[in-house]
Amino acid sequence: MTVLETTGLTITLDGQPLVRDVSFGLAARDRVGLIGESGSGKSLTALALLGLLPPGMRTSGRILIDGDDHLGAPDRQWRRVRGRTVSIVFQEPLTALDPLMPVGRQIAGPLRLHQGLNRSDAERRAIEWCDRVHLPDPARLARALPHELSGGQRQRVALAMALACRPRVLIADEPTTALDVTVQAQILTLLDELIEETGVGLLFISHDLPVVAGLARHLLVMRTGRLVESGPVDDVLRRPRSDYARQLVASAARVTRLARPSVRREDR
Amino acid sequence: MSEPILSGHQLTRWFPGRTHPALDGVDVTVRRGTSLGIVGESGAGKSTLLRQLLGVDRPTSGEIRFAGQPLDRVRHRAFRRQVQVVFQDPRSSLNPRMSVASIVAEPLRSLRIGTDRAARAERVAEVLTAVGLRPEDGRRYPHEFSGGQRQRIAIARALAPAPRILLADEPVSALDVSVRLQIIDLLKDLVDRLGLTLVLVSHDLAIVSQLCQEVLVMRHGRVVERGPTADVLTNPAAEYTRALLAAIPQLPLDLLEEP
Repeated sequence: MTVLETTGLTITLDGQPLVRDVSFGLAARDRVGLIGESGSGKSLTALALLGLLPPGMRTSGRILIDGDDHLGAPDRQWRRVRGRTVSIVFQEPLTALDPLMPVGRQIAGPLRLHQGLNRSDAERRAIEWCDRVHLPDPARLARALPHELSGGQRQRVALAMALACRPRVLIADEPTTALDVTVQAQILTLLDELIEETGVGLLFISHDLPVVAGLARHLLVMRTGRLVESGPVDDVLRRPRSDYARQLVASAARVTRLARPSVRREDR
Repeated sequence: MSEPILSGHQLTRWFPGRTHPALDGVDVTVRRGTSLGIVGESGAGKSTLLRQLLGVDRPTSGEIRFAGQPLDRVRHRAFRRQVQVVFQDPRSSLNPRMSVASIVAEPLRSLRIGTDRAARAERVAEVLTAVGLRPEDGRRYPHEFSGGQRQRIAIARALAPAPRILLADEPVSALDVSVRLQIIDLLKDLVDRLGLTLVLVSHDLAIVSQLCQEVLVMRHGRVVERGPTADVLTNPAAEYTRALLAAIPQLPLDLLEEP
């Protein structure tokens, strides 16, 4: 059953359209990748799906969450679905985490808000989540402040926070872009494991085609505010219909290929 | 083998307040007309090493040699004519209040190259053309250009004094993938055409593999592996290199075959 669906989503700023007529849906267990270059409107789309667009931006179309249109809804209505039905993790977990609060209490926050747990139950559950995202020594780590953790550990905390209330859709906006490649590989493995275990539907947003292709089953390609292609990952990679997708796949293939350079010229 | 043009011997660099050195006894040799990639993750010491080779930071111990001479005995201007650099982010490396022509002419002025304004203008037009821009783009300002074009401007500035050695620190990391490709092709073409010696720092082994004949893999301030890029990629000796290779996200293999 579709949890999150948007039809004809358009976002404008001062009359300029930034996102145009975007439509797609997400059900539990879906794995959808949204790929595009900088400025394509992919992150704005993500923010709109959570009612988090910056002031001044105007939206039209529909954003259905469990069948209810949330477009233009008051913040009070959005707060009931954020973290509970639809969650998000961002590129840089430091901006999403409170620097002065132990991470365990930050994971516990949404549990108290949405599930009405008392402090000690919520904090016990938070420690369980630290364990589920494979943080070492969860009970001790839950008492640490964000800056005491590594970048990879912080992203694990952000994932625990996003999934603690068992949302049915997780939006991950460039969740591994700021990480080193070996840490990125660990976080991608963890994300794969968590969405299998929890059955959460995934919208994975990235500029990095190989990363998206490894995790998603369906691919949306965005360019200058529009969806230019949508299809199963394999079709988009092997039989792209739009020129843009074809070019994107070709560029990504060339850029990520491990070349074996021949000796360029004779020694002189 | 061609002779070493730029080298570092037992380079160690301590930064105040740190418990580990940023560089820990690193040896590096750059041979004339070859290309060397320095790869590693954040904190590996690769940018610190590049800054030593560029002569803008001094090692706590160890020595940099240029054309056989210790670097402190080489005249600064002579060294800077020969060794130029391109950085990652063309937004912060180009002065927004200078026209593109004066940005590109900057090293010519500071190194006192070119007899007069007209000679320098001619050289600026020449290098702008070499990087795929038009001479008349010189009248415009950095903000009028896209990220990829700004990186072309930064490359033009580096090439203006006709250096023999080009150092590049993550020159394509801030760029979108299609633009990244264009800049890689441009660098490849310039290195070939001008016979440049290239030292490239990157976290991305794929980029290094496409541009560099030799590679140095760094971790925690030390060199964990070095050798011809093809050998290191196909037959990595260090466990860390293997882990790094295994972690690179790849498209399905059949899509990666060379056309």
